[in-house]
Amino acid sequence: MASTAVATARETTTVIATGRGRDRSPGSLAFLIALWASLFFAVVVLLAIIISTAIDGAARFDGALFGNYLSGLFPETSGFRAGILGSMWLMLGTALLAVPLGIASALYLEEFANRNRWYNRLIELNLQNLAAVPAIVYGLLAVAAMSVLGFQSSGIVLGGSIALALLILPVVIITTREAVRAVPREIRDGSLALGATVWQTTWKQTLPSAIPGIATGTILGLSRAIGEAAPLLLVGVAVGIRFDPNGFLSAFTALPMQIYNQTSRPQEELQTAAAAAIIVLLVMILGMNALAIFIRNKFQRTW
Amino acid sequence: MSLSSNGAAGSSSGAGLQRVSLKGKSRPGETVIKAVLFVAAMISVVTTIAIIITLIRPTIDFLGEASLVTFLTGTEWAPRSGEFGAIPLVKATFLITLISLLVAVPVGLGAAMYLSEYASPRVRKIFKPVLELLAGVPSVVYGFFAITLVTPFLLQDLLNIDVNFTNALAAGLVLGVMIVPTVASLSEDAMSAVPLALRQGSQAMGANKMQTTLRVVFPAALSGIAAAIVLGLSRAVGETMIVTLASGSLPNMSADPRDGMQAMTGYMATTAGGENPVGSLEYNTLFAIGLLLFVITLVINMISISLVRRFRQEY
Repeated sequence: MASTAVATARETTTVIATGRGRDRSPGSLAFLIALWASLFFAVVVLLAIIISTAIDGAARFDGALFGNYLSGLFPETSGFRAGILGSMWLMLGTALLAVPLGIASALYLEEFANRNRWYNRLIELNLQNLAAVPAIVYGLLAVAAMSVLGFQSSGIVLGGSIALALLILPVVIITTREAVRAVPREIRDGSLALGATVWQTTWKQTLPSAIPGIATGTILGLSRAIGEAAPLLLVGVAVGIRFDPNGFLSAFTALPMQIYNQTSRPQEELQTAAAAAIIVLLVMILGMNALAIFIRNKFQRTW
Repeated sequence: MSLSSNGAAGSSSGAGLQRVSLKGKSRPGETVIKAVLFVAAMISVVTTIAIIITLIRPTIDFLGEASLVTFLTGTEWAPRSGEFGAIPLVKATFLITLISLLVAVPVGLGAAMYLSEYASPRVRKIFKPVLELLAGVPSVVYGFFAITLVTPFLLQDLLNIDVNFTNALAAGLVLGVMIVPTVASLSEDAMSAVPLALRQGSQAMGANKMQTTLRVVFPAALSGIAAAIVLGLSRAVGETMIVTLASGSLPNMSADPRDGMQAMTGYMATTAGGENPVGSLEYNTLFAIGLLLFVITLVINMISISLVRRFRQEY
């Protein structure tokens, strides 16, 4: 009896430690296979998207793709120059609006706010809700904001930036708060004990220690923004722009908008060009994700 | 906002610190900075209020020309010929969302159970980033995938289903794939948070791994899993590009997923592209549908938050 108990206990320990059981009944095996299949499915779909798009677009991966403007007349040399540059301007505008605002809100909520006050609880509840508002609604909001600011047309870099900045603001705030919260209390206490004020402590101790986490969260937020087309559609961003954007008040177009537009055209060549543009967009997003992971691994301290 | 709270290092500091707070000295600089940060934090509240005002004003104009009852119960949507029943759009949104959940819930939960209960740390380290990448693919790319691969190749050629070029089935399937990472990663968090002692207790009673996963870990994490599914649902309802590209722009009352049908977001995307003058009736319908969408996602999200609050088990 005793030896059986010891054997069972040992097996349980290995099971828990390694996640592998010696149980091989048909039911358990079928269950395990079903779980494996679900995970595998996710990987297969990701590969299918990347490979099928790469095959579709490979023929058009040339200089014209980056150097030319969209052209329905010459579909075989149609390019996404305006969209690529426009998306870069858009990211710059979005970052300039969302990052300072997001960091300031997060610092207030983590370091200054008294959580017993009703208005601070309101901000918290509100953030959770904002994160779930559909992206397309932010487009309507940006249109209204631009008309309040007195602009004739909202389809300029500033209009798009407002929509996307408001869209990713909750993400930036939430990740910044997590990064700030991870800084140990001893660092703040030490600084306060030496006579620094709360703001000096926040600015010179807490914030610098939290920067890797903040950068990671911000880049992930921006990588979500760069692929969004729905809010830009509502803002009224044009598609067939044939010049480079030259400032925040310049009319522009964005890569996902052009992809959407070209995808819904009947000509085969335009679809091929859209596939090539998707690869460019995916590379941009993968690059941003890789940068975020690099920063996380390289600079993040564990306390 | 009062000066006296300046001495406390955030709300997390204990009562001890509060007592020795720097009450005596007034620091106008600190107060100004705190006020500036407070204003920044209030921007999110202002955003919500602005969204509501933005949506409501044109909706009121719209309801001056079409009755609220028709809007909420009418079964024909043709703004150009004066038919303003939103039911076809709402029906399409929910049909496509239902299909997407049929994909995302089993696949997402399966992946989450594998990662949380079976996978070795090394396997988890490889597959979690893959899921994150899947979440990072833009929806317009999923839309392209739906109309270039899923409809013509998977549905028509491989499975031999007689579908239209634009159809709700392809839109729902691809939308389901898109929300798998949301469901999987939040459910995985919930299941990983179940304490080891519960699993050990179950196995000590002679249960095998599968029984432990299904009858102990799964029920213990149910509130988190439910919240994950509800959040996935709200993503699916608000998603635009897949639905616009893959499901077409024909509002109808068909319940057949092989037909094309226009969803709420699909209507907004197609109409917004059409340069409608501000204040025109078509322009106002955009906001009325937007408000309906906002209210639906808000309700879904409130359910999710209260699910987590009510059934959260503290271990």
